[in-house]
Amino acid sequence: MTEVVIVGAGPAGIAAAELLLAKGLKPTLIDEGARPGGQGYRRPADDLALDMNRLMGSEAKKYASLHRRFDALVAHIDYRPGTLVWAIDGNTLHLLREGRAETIAFDKLLIASGAMDRVAPLPGWALPGVFTLGGAQVALKDQGCLIGNRVAFLGSSPLLSLAAKQYRDMGAEIAVLADTTPLMAKAAALPALLAAPRTLFRGLWYMGALLRAGTRLLHGVAPIAIEGTNRVEALVLRDSQGCERRFACDAIALGYGLKPETQLADLAGAQFAYDADFRLFLPVIDGMGRARPGLYLAGDGARIGGADAAEASGLLAAHAILADLGQMQDVASTRNLARRVQRLRQFQRGLASAFAWPKAQIASLPDTVTLCRCENVSVGEVRAAMARELGPTEVNRVKAMTRCGMGRCQGRVCGPALQEIVAAGAGNDGAAAGRLRGQAPVKPIALAAAGDPA
Amino acid sequence: MEPSKALFRRVAVRNGAAATFSFDGTAIRATIGDSVLAALLQDGALVRRLEFGGEPRAGFCLMGACQDCWVWSAAGGRIRACTTPVSDGMVLFAEPQLPAAAHD
Amino acid sequence: MSRASTDVAIVGGGLIGAWTAFFLARRGQKVTLIEKGVVGAQSSGVNFGNLRLQGRFPGQYPLSLRSQELWEDFEALIGEDCEFEQTGHLYLAYDEDERTKLESYAQVSESYGLSIERVGLTDLRRRWPWLGERAIAATYSARDATANPRLATPAVARAAARQGADIRENTRVTAVENAGSGFILTLADGDLLSCGALVNCAGAWALEIAERFGETAPLFPAGPPQFVTEPFPYRIGPSVQAIDGSVIFRQIPRGNIILAGYPRTAADPQANRAPVPPVKTLAAMKALARVAPMLAQCHVIRVWSGIEAYLPDMIPVIGPSETTPGLFHAFGFCGHGFQIGPGVGLCLSEMIVDGATQTPLGPFSIGRFRSGPTVSDKFRKEFD
Repeated sequence: MTEVVIVGAGPAGIAAAELLLAKGLKPTLIDEGARPGGQGYRRPADDLALDMNRLMGSEAKKYASLHRRFDALVAHIDYRPGTLVWAIDGNTLHLLREGRAETIAFDKLLIASGAMDRVAPLPGWALPGVFTLGGAQVALKDQGCLIGNRVAFLGSSPLLSLAAKQYRDMGAEIAVLADTTPLMAKAAALPALLAAPRTLFRGLWYMGALLRAGTRLLHGVAPIAIEGTNRVEALVLRDSQGCERRFACDAIALGYGLKPETQLADLAGAQFAYDADFRLFLPVIDGMGRARPGLYLAGDGARIGGADAAEASGLLAAHAILADLGQMQDVASTRNLARRVQRLRQFQRGLASAFAWPKAQIASLPDTVTLCRCENVSVGEVRAAMARELGPTEVNRVKAMTRCGMGRCQGRVCGPALQEIVAAGAGNDGAAAGRLRGQAPVKPIALAAAGDPA
Repeated sequence: MEPSKALFRRVAVRNGAAATFSFDGTAIRATIGDSVLAALLQDGALVRRLEFGGEPRAGFCLMGACQDCWVWSAAGGRIRACTTPVSDGMVLFAEPQLPAAAHD
Repeated sequence: MSRASTDVAIVGGGLIGAWTAFFLARRGQKVTLIEKGVVGAQSSGVNFGNLRLQGRFPGQYPLSLRSQELWEDFEALIGEDCEFEQTGHLYLAYDEDERTKLESYAQVSESYGLSIERVGLTDLRRRWPWLGERAIAATYSARDATANPRLATPAVARAAARQGADIRENTRVTAVENAGSGFILTLADGDLLSCGALVNCAGAWALEIAERFGETAPLFPAGPPQFVTEPFPYRIGPSVQAIDGSVIFRQIPRGNIILAGYPRTAADPQANRAPVPPVKTLAAMKALARVAPMLAQCHVIRVWSGIEAYLPDMIPVIGPSETTPGLFHAFGFCGHGFQIGPGVGLCLSEMIVDGATQTPLGPFSIGRFRSGPTVSDKFRKEFD
């Protein structure tokens, strides 16, 4: 039987597995997480007294439905939670499960590896108490904890207001919600946002709810620094009027939208192209999610689109796999799916300008700011390396010279900011700055994973 | 509000067996099901120290991506605090516990 | 299109080309170094960084020792730091046969003036307590060292530029022709460059030039599988090598452990790729955990390889062309070029400026392949 392996048990992976199963295949679903749902729809532990209906708000129904469908599916597929894919070699996936290396062969591979927060550094961002916005939500949904008592939300993302509202509802004090994009820029992006009115409405509603509750909501801010000794004590920023303001807080959630986790797609041989709207290199896929023969990409790991787009693109990729295996697919329904995915992703493109990645702010960061958290490389060290004769003008070369992006996370966190620093230093655009090439292992693996040395 | 030494605040009860583990010699109480990171940060504001300069770190992404919350176990094992559940009797450290360097 | 002339054109901006440019410029030569990409990006930049003296090919010692002096003087010569560390090098034997082999290596090294310590089992455990149970004996050479290959070549190229060398990155040579007593190079942008002498140190791409002048070598590309771990408390002073070739590793003062392993892996100079098969990574991880059990839980964070040029007798081609006066070759360093790089550059500069070098380079002549290649034991050991 054809081995179809799906990596990632979020909405995309689950939807794909469901369709493949219905069409007579028995897919393998590999997931790094211990529980299904991905990051956004992660299933909380049964023992946590958390009202998910309240927390998920308008998404609660979809959330519950996804997990019901997964439960109906799981006995009929080869589901492998807690399993990391650390390398891909030809048609073999190299896995790490319970600390040991193992392999699985595939004929068709669907990667739905999801996304993580894209982060813009600022002075003090490595202090304890600063977390990604996604992390702040994980703390709540996965652990039933708030990241602090008095929390500042900084960045530029519609998810800032969603998370702030969740935090407020759960009893946190919101020190400030500070968005780096000016309000005017958001208004200008409205036409693109109308591609998904429901999502747009939801975002406005969260914002309205926060305003009604008296939360300080600032647009067009310029972050100055996170202050504190050994932990966060305050967020200092310049507001849109140019006034410096200091907000005492004990935790900060940083969110500038999401970026696809593309390391596995890279190792599997996908091509990449620069996307000027997102200012990211994205894997090249066709309308169905095909990246190259036998390789399919879906969900936020291919293009940021949110849970609805992820699910639809997972289905679409499953249709592509079935079609490529010679099964006739209903043309009208796949065309509709493709349109839906296209529309939802177009909306995210609108969001990318309404909630802009602050490239100019990053380019003008002070030299002393930590850029690479893993290797402790500052913005100034990167600039100094570039300024030398024969200095690098491309991110991989900068990494070789400075160790920026060379540490445990392999540039996942600093990569997008490094790209902007390099582009500004070389006087080119983000495309010429290049992208950090993916290398195995995708995440750190202990020597002992290779087996007993005896 | 009273200033707290902890970063995290629990707002949803976890029903589970109590567990006690040690971190840098201090006993920490948690509930089975908690991640090591959540347990540590309900008690304090430190998970590890940066190898280059010793700055305190307390995790960042909480989803296994940033790799900034690896702690050390007494047995020399490495534990990613955000994705590892606590177990009773764990002995953990912010920094590696190796014998001092031999002279040569 | 422009037309320029220079005394010496160097094709290939690796470590050899950069050092050659540096010494020639210092001797007052007008030098142009042409590199298709950026300097030090291929094997010069991705190698393990070993400046090992013990256990080298015997005929290479005069060159090696000359080269080590230059490495030891790097900062004064070049004006930059390349993380040079006189770490020493520890060669491990796992059985009596290997101990015998170590002894014969040691005697060769000593005959060239290198100081080699024999270390028995007891001292081995006492001095390097992190060593696993398997090694029974070792030799230790204190003068051996390591450096950061990513930093070294760009630093030397900058120093050459300060001496007046013209370093042209991102420039391809599309044609080379004899012209009178010299050469004319056509560059990808159409520029012409005439020169009196031509140095071919184009690594895995070197045959493109050699074969234009009617000589060749059985050169093929490959790379060592390498990886680096997360930072770990600094305990491992010397670079350590098992004489069976299963593992070679070192720890930098920042704490990361860098490892290279055999067998080497395939590399594709056309696609510019040298992927590391995960099974080789796993084998090397296992080998490292065996030699240094304290690292069993230490994490590998990144693997890489690079494109190196190999010859079946596992020694390089260094010296004048046998068909064309004014043409000099230096390629095929078989993964051992980092240590001798400065020495090769110095010798080439002497051959070009003085007409000869005092360092014996006979074994490295390109003419040795005319009677068919010899295959060394090392070759059999390092490839699968």
